[in-house]
Amino acid sequence: MSPRVYRTLKIGAEITVPFLMLLAWWLYTVQRDDPKFPRPTTIVAEVRNRFFFAEFDLHVVPSLERIGLGFAIAVGLGVAIGIPLGLSRIGRSAAMPHIEYWRAIPPPALLPISIILLHSIGNTQKVSFIAFFCIFPVLLNTIDGVRAIEPTLIDTARSFRIPAHERIRRIVFPAALPQIFAGMRTSLALAVIMMVLSEYFASTSGVGYVLLISKNTFQFLPMWAAIVLIGVLGYLLNALFLLVERHVLAWHRGWRAATPR
Amino acid sequence: MVSIAVPVLSVVAALGLWELISQTGVISQRDLPAMSTTVQALWEMVQTGTFWKALGETVRGWAIGLGLAAALAVPIGVALGSSDFAASAFRVPIEFLRPIPSAALIPLLFLTLGTTLKSEIFLATFGAFWPLLVQTMYGVRDIDPVAVDTARSFQLTRNERLFRVTVPSALPYIMTGVRISSTVALILAFTAELFMGTPGLGQRLNYVETFGLNDQIYALALATGFLGVAIHFAVSAVERRVLRWHPSQRKTSTT
Repeated sequence: MSPRVYRTLKIGAEITVPFLMLLAWWLYTVQRDDPKFPRPTTIVAEVRNRFFFAEFDLHVVPSLERIGLGFAIAVGLGVAIGIPLGLSRIGRSAAMPHIEYWRAIPPPALLPISIILLHSIGNTQKVSFIAFFCIFPVLLNTIDGVRAIEPTLIDTARSFRIPAHERIRRIVFPAALPQIFAGMRTSLALAVIMMVLSEYFASTSGVGYVLLISKNTFQFLPMWAAIVLIGVLGYLLNALFLLVERHVLAWHRGWRAATPR
Repeated sequence: MVSIAVPVLSVVAALGLWELISQTGVISQRDLPAMSTTVQALWEMVQTGTFWKALGETVRGWAIGLGLAAALAVPIGVALGSSDFAASAFRVPIEFLRPIPSAALIPLLFLTLGTTLKSEIFLATFGAFWPLLVQTMYGVRDIDPVAVDTARSFQLTRNERLFRVTVPSALPYIMTGVRISSTVALILAFTAELFMGTPGLGQRLNYVETFGLNDQIYALALATGFLGVAIHFAVSAVERRVLRWHPSQRKTSTT
């Protein structure tokens, strides 16, 4: 087989296989004709009618708001704590037991505590919950990124008597940026999951709340629509993030090496 | 000296701060039971059979979920990783299915499979499958071509090549996948218990939460965290043991 034919076949398969899988799903739901498994076409229509029109302000906007706020707070705190920890060995060894513990705990175990401590089931609690668990990927990557900086860079800056805050702003932070972005990408995916978890437990709005309420009322269509919406949301946020990353890190010669693929 | 003293001091200081905040009423004892109260509640809890039964059930969900995910993801990953054609055929479905948060499937499982161990295991397996699959694919694709060619010129059969070259070469990647998936499987087993009521630590938490037993809520969360740490260390130890022969373990020990 010539390479050209092979390449054409490969692209053909890349298009056909997902299409066939969708078709199989559709045929299965048609044949089964069960309200538990609505047809994909019906689900897509439901996503459009419910989430993009009827309940966009009611459920989609609050969820996006929580993801955005939680993610932003997590990135800010993660970088702000991560840079000093990356620079200080004693700081790292003091912080590591805490980081290891909170990173290993299954997040939902803290849902009841977040409500008790913050006296809230609204945005305060949801955003804090999302932010708390999204800190860790950013924090750990920032620490690693700062530690990996070539010592010559910092020594050079020192011998030119560049003050510490300038050193951090102009050398440490930019040099660690590719790794920080790698952590941010993980955090963003995590933020979507944390949004679902937090809204699935004591809430009054959001996509996770739609999941909860449709479960309690045995409505399968909105449930499927919410699942599809959450999947698409995660996919789009990731794509958007890659776009931003490419722009922000365009100047960085090492960024290809630091980002997977 | 410093490497042991500093972390220990830091943990002691944090526990002390917790005690102080609660005892002085900065945060009321009802909202944040003192450290001593929580440890006391935990101590009473570990003396009951209910606690250990629930812990065992959570560990069971984690173990079966992770085991099933590995049994599925590694062979599929090897197959997709060694064939360029298959990898591109399934690229789009994988890219679309992978980011779906497994937690979103909870209500669906609740209404279809019900409050059963099956739901919990399905959820844990689904979540743990993806990191393992992707890691295995990368690992297989990253094999040194010289090793494959050498095996070929020594006329190793397909099976021999698979078990003596492909799998050992991909093993570091697979073990990284196991470590990531282990965390995911534990989270999902616990989440299933909390939200669906399958028996385990999560269900216990839901139960004490319903009755507003705050010191038990804190004690259970504390215990769950310790379980997470224990599983993390156990899996890391297995990883080091399995990869003892591999150069990556000589340079650094990954945490």
